[in-house]
Amino acid sequence: MSAQKTSTAERTRAASTTASVIELSDVEFGYTSTPVVEDISIQIDPGEYVAVVGPNGSGKSTLMRLMLGLVRPDDGVATLFGEPAHKFDDGSRIGYVAQHASASKEMPITVREVVKMGRFPHVGYGRLSSEDWAIVDGALDTVGMTAFADRRVTQLSGGQRQRAFIARALASEADLLVLDEPTVGVDIESVGAFYELLDSLNRGGITVLLIEHDLSAVTEHAERVICLNREVYFDGPTGKFVESDALARAFGTAANLLGESR
Amino acid sequence: MSRGLVTPLQTGPLELLLAPLYWFLQLWSGFVYWIGQMTGFELLQYGFMHRAILVGLCIGVMAPLIGTFLVHRQLALIGDALAHTGFAGVAVGLFLNAVLDLGVSPYLTAVVVAMIAALFIELISEATDAYNDVSMAIVLSTGFALGTTLISINAGGLAVGVNQFLFGNLATVSQDSAAILLALFVIVIGVVGLTRNQLLYVTFDETAAAVSGISVSWYNRIMVMLTAMVVVGAMQIMGVILVAAMLVVPVAGASQVSRSFNESLLVSVVLAELAVILGIAVSYYAEATAGGVIVLIAVTVYSLAVVVGKLQSRLVADSNPEMGSIEAGEID
Repeated sequence: MSAQKTSTAERTRAASTTASVIELSDVEFGYTSTPVVEDISIQIDPGEYVAVVGPNGSGKSTLMRLMLGLVRPDDGVATLFGEPAHKFDDGSRIGYVAQHASASKEMPITVREVVKMGRFPHVGYGRLSSEDWAIVDGALDTVGMTAFADRRVTQLSGGQRQRAFIARALASEADLLVLDEPTVGVDIESVGAFYELLDSLNRGGITVLLIEHDLSAVTEHAERVICLNREVYFDGPTGKFVESDALARAFGTAANLLGESR
Repeated sequence: MSRGLVTPLQTGPLELLLAPLYWFLQLWSGFVYWIGQMTGFELLQYGFMHRAILVGLCIGVMAPLIGTFLVHRQLALIGDALAHTGFAGVAVGLFLNAVLDLGVSPYLTAVVVAMIAALFIELISEATDAYNDVSMAIVLSTGFALGTTLISINAGGLAVGVNQFLFGNLATVSQDSAAILLALFVIVIGVVGLTRNQLLYVTFDETAAAVSGISVSWYNRIMVMLTAMVVVGAMQIMGVILVAAMLVVPVAGASQVSRSFNESLLVSVVLAELAVILGIAVSYYAEATAGGVIVLIAVTVYSLAVVVGKLQSRLVADSNPEMGSIEAGEID
């Protein structure tokens, strides 16, 4: 696999950006009068590998939506690449990988057609040029999905599908990769290979923001952990997170999850 | 037909815009007549058939095209809801003509009312963060209730003419309504052609599309407005009650046998055209309602596609034994 191939341009672009990738200051947000998250101040710099953990309903996905500018904070400021997050419009810089796509499972769409979408922020209303297609093929190669390029996404295993989504992010030449519980429903062997791919992309200069329920994966791969339960219980290096009692405080009785999964 | 208040509309810029369409209709009519002469098909010798066939061909392209984007987001019902509000629009047109003596085509008022309803559905869904079947059902029944009420207030002669809108009618496709449909066709194809990338991304993965900088609510609004145009256009020969089938059935059939999204677009159009052309011919010779026959043929073709799709996937599974284990490993 050749993660290095796509990373040079990204490193250059990341280096040219002095601002942090994501910055939240004193952010509060709620869908009703009760805040889902409050008093959140987080800064993520280029090249970091950050995991957000927290129990169900702790506001992880809301935090992600705030960071990506999909919702606006009720209070405080959210910036993305130095711009107000909700106004940020260079979508090509962000790759997003969810548990699964929102389309119906019967949608006939090939892996290549999915990866092609990564070029849409670049081509707008136009057609993909041969250079665009070359980037699509390069992205497929990087994630090891070239052999599956013409297969329907519905025929893939969970792990393969997530690789296809990563390839879409690579095709858009994103310097920030945001993954929302990407390994739900993926078999254990594929999960290992998936995280190795993430590690190599991060070494290549891509900032990785991982929202994850699998604490063993987090402690093994992420450099920094943000532990959330409506507010930030812990934000720091993974090693310190494991030693701290933040987990017990944030998760309550569920804290022994870490012990079990390690 | 009385001109009255509508005269400026009909001789103004609208007529200028529609002039090429009327010219095209003439050309098309001559062409089909010539084919009728050459082949000896009786149905090709009538002017109303020339228009009906053209309208059918246009529906066969634009209905599955829009339907593809709806079906894969599980929004198949929206076509039905908009067709019923289109019926309210027809009633509004008939009502205005009867009361105020306007000479406006009911299809024009139908397009306007259906597009307003489409925006309304979309704004509700934006406010509630989901398309829900309850609000869709409310819009559908409100549209139909409004239509029947308006028509019953007029009663008498008006009610007689309603059947063509409810069930569609090949023989009543006038020059004007064919021109309206052609205009809708040009708009729908033009907009889908321009925004196909964005529509595909929003259809496949709404959140990822939003993250990539696409304004999801903007494209959703475009999508529902186009749907309104298609259902009102197709209403002429499909009728209010069956029009949604053209958005759904060919698309469902194409998903069974296609390997890619682009292929599924093409296959759904081919299936729809097959149903439309065969349906018009059969309904002419069997003296049956075209809309009904077209849908029955489309469903038959869909059933065949299901069988072919099952056979295909069995063949694939046989030639790639490892695919079975991959699918078994999939959890969600």
